[in-house]
Amino acid sequence: MLLELSSIRKSFGGVHALLDGTLHVDSGQVHALVGENGAGKSTLMKIVAGMLRRDGGEMRWKGASVDFAQPADAHDVGIHMVHQESLLAPHLTVAQNVFLGRERMRGFRLDRKGMIDGAAEILESHHFPVKADWRVETLSPAQKQIVEICRALHGNPSLLIFDEPTSSLSDAEASEVFRTVRALRDKGIGIIYITHRLVELEQIADHVTILRDGRTIQSCPAADTTTGEIVHHMVGRDISSSKQRHKLPPGETRLNVSLPGVQFELRAGEIVGMAGLIGAGRTEVCETIFGITPAESGTITVNDKPADIRSPNDAVAAGIALVTEDRQRTGLAVDLSIRTNTTLANLDALCTAEVVQVSKEKAVTEQLREKLQMQADSVEQKASELSGGNQQKVVIAKWMFRDTDVVLFDEPTRGIDVGAKAEVFVLMDELARQGKAILMVSSELPELLQVADRILVMREGELVAELPHETTQQEIMHHAVTQ
Amino acid sequence: MPRESSVVQRFLPFISLAALFVILSIASPYFLTATNISSVIRQTVVINIMALGMTLVIVSGGIDLSVGSILAFSGVVGTMTMVSTDSVMLGILAGIVSGALWGCANGLMIARMRIPPFIVTLGTLGIVRGLTLVISGGLPVVGLPKEHGFLGEGTVGPAPFVLVVLIACVILAHFVLHSTKLGRYTYAIGSNEAAAVYAGIPVGRFKVAIYAICGLLTGLAGMIETSRLMTGQPTAGVTYELQVIAAVVIGGGSLAGGEGTVIGTLIGAFIMGLLSNGSDLLGINPYWQQVIIGAIIILAVALDVARKRRFAS
Repeated sequence: MLLELSSIRKSFGGVHALLDGTLHVDSGQVHALVGENGAGKSTLMKIVAGMLRRDGGEMRWKGASVDFAQPADAHDVGIHMVHQESLLAPHLTVAQNVFLGRERMRGFRLDRKGMIDGAAEILESHHFPVKADWRVETLSPAQKQIVEICRALHGNPSLLIFDEPTSSLSDAEASEVFRTVRALRDKGIGIIYITHRLVELEQIADHVTILRDGRTIQSCPAADTTTGEIVHHMVGRDISSSKQRHKLPPGETRLNVSLPGVQFELRAGEIVGMAGLIGAGRTEVCETIFGITPAESGTITVNDKPADIRSPNDAVAAGIALVTEDRQRTGLAVDLSIRTNTTLANLDALCTAEVVQVSKEKAVTEQLREKLQMQADSVEQKASELSGGNQQKVVIAKWMFRDTDVVLFDEPTRGIDVGAKAEVFVLMDELARQGKAILMVSSELPELLQVADRILVMREGELVAELPHETTQQEIMHHAVTQ
Repeated sequence: MPRESSVVQRFLPFISLAALFVILSIASPYFLTATNISSVIRQTVVINIMALGMTLVIVSGGIDLSVGSILAFSGVVGTMTMVSTDSVMLGILAGIVSGALWGCANGLMIARMRIPPFIVTLGTLGIVRGLTLVISGGLPVVGLPKEHGFLGEGTVGPAPFVLVVLIACVILAHFVLHSTKLGRYTYAIGSNEAAAVYAGIPVGRFKVAIYAICGLLTGLAGMIETSRLMTGQPTAGVTYELQVIAAVVIGGGSLAGGEGTVIGTLIGAFIMGLLSNGSDLLGINPYWQQVIIGAIIILAVALDVARKRRFAS
């Protein structure tokens, strides 16, 4: 046995990422690791690759107990992780990237020729369709993936870990990666293949291990299971005991979206869920509606009026708000105060002849802070000093103050604790009761089932299903992963 | 205790200025005389007024390298207008408007064409300087009406008239940056431009306004410069952009955007002015003055960076 992981545990600041990570990998085997977003797949693999240290459990490498303090320790024994393309230097050549950080030298000079030959040797021995002197920026995503594989192969690995290698690839490019993975397996290398695209399993996996909520649920040869069974194991936790939101009779149409492949309507008083895998295009839909990446074709109407949305400025003016999935990058100016962030989208309402009426602003912010129960010293506190949940409340407060008719929530509970999640749901419900229309994009299926009145499912950039709120996680996953 | 430290940080430029003032008063008997103080004010006012506009630009996360060239262009256009119309007011107005228009051009290229401000203004630094030399034929504009001297050299009671102009500009700039929507958005854009865009702010329009204000104040500074020299020099203001940026940075402005105050910049400009005046009084070789000012810039920013690192976690 190449690698044996038994009951690996890991938590981050009290949050359990892994409770029982168990996995056995043989040489010459493609071992698929599947699970929902947040199931603990990446955490487990980072422990194997020496990027994280485990809190408990046992890790054996070729029979001996091991512990890696840093990635170099894992490299030394022959474990390499194939990262996503983004870790390459685009302006350098393939050879320069393969040897990055461990350049071959000839005296004080770089051994250019030696490195080009070395890279070419790896490329040729695996029949990779890439040349050593090509610049990485000219390569396709699949070819970049190959350069990453070469970086790993340079260390003569016994075990390669692939972290969702096909997530940004087209079908044709993905099959190129599959071919490479199979060739490496046939050379006797052990392979762990993280994926959430279940269709890939049939093509590539010898063995499948399913993680859910930080625990290994099942591990068996790929031939002994079915996609249906895997989906069941991936989502099979008990449905949260929280009560389903009391549904309102939907009112008039607030938002009508008609884009290529994506048509839906949001009505007053509704919370509509949107499910799908990472990369299925959910965020892109929000950003198109919000004018970040304006639609090239199709129409969007707000309150039955066609809206020509070319920028967020247009979207907000038309009555659309977006609570983004990345608070730090796009939701907040974290170095500015709660007050400044809260009023940023509706400063006009507080201005008399371009001058901000600060006392009025303070009163408004103070009111919202109380209403949303933000835990903060004062409204002058910097947003960066707040917890994730309180930061999210600031973002919601910003849009409550703007009072738009449509509010899009992209992963509203990401990075916030359970208590704050419940509070966010209450706020969403309240917004709906005020007659706003709410879209809730989420990867957390139990949350969607609890909050949403109906659920839209996205797959590969298209809206593929609309399900009633009585649906099940299995049903949603079925639409999200299968053709 | 991050807040306590930021109070010290906030007052650090002021404390430095006060210390410098005290040291120079003790070290030189000539320092604390009315003549010397008003000469310090007259010497720093041009950089100071330009730095007020630059504060807005830097707080928004931008930079304007073209201000030295715009200063010369405004001065030449203003004085040429003055000579041909024989009207001081019209000349000053022409100078200020031409500065504002160049600022507008910078802002439009940055906002609409999405070229980084460093590149745009590096380009206009050359373009504007070249055009200044073209329209003036490379020669200074002379024969200005005598009354024009009042702007730069006149007095109101005991005080230099430029001090009145400076105070008015400082109050106005402070008001704009701290109390208006434009000022609020300037901080928001500099702090996190993406978040400002996602809040629905028309960021491009406000950037144009910010660079236009910087150009406008530079135009005014250009007219003060011509009044002090009583000529319109096409070569005026070379490397002023660096002194102006230094004043903002010493005053606590961050080139990463989101930080900086008008009062800080005012203090930063006076620190630079006092250093150069003090060095003159104490007979320090002007070559060494450059070394000292350069070292002060690095020191000021080093302190700022150290503070941020300490309180990052």
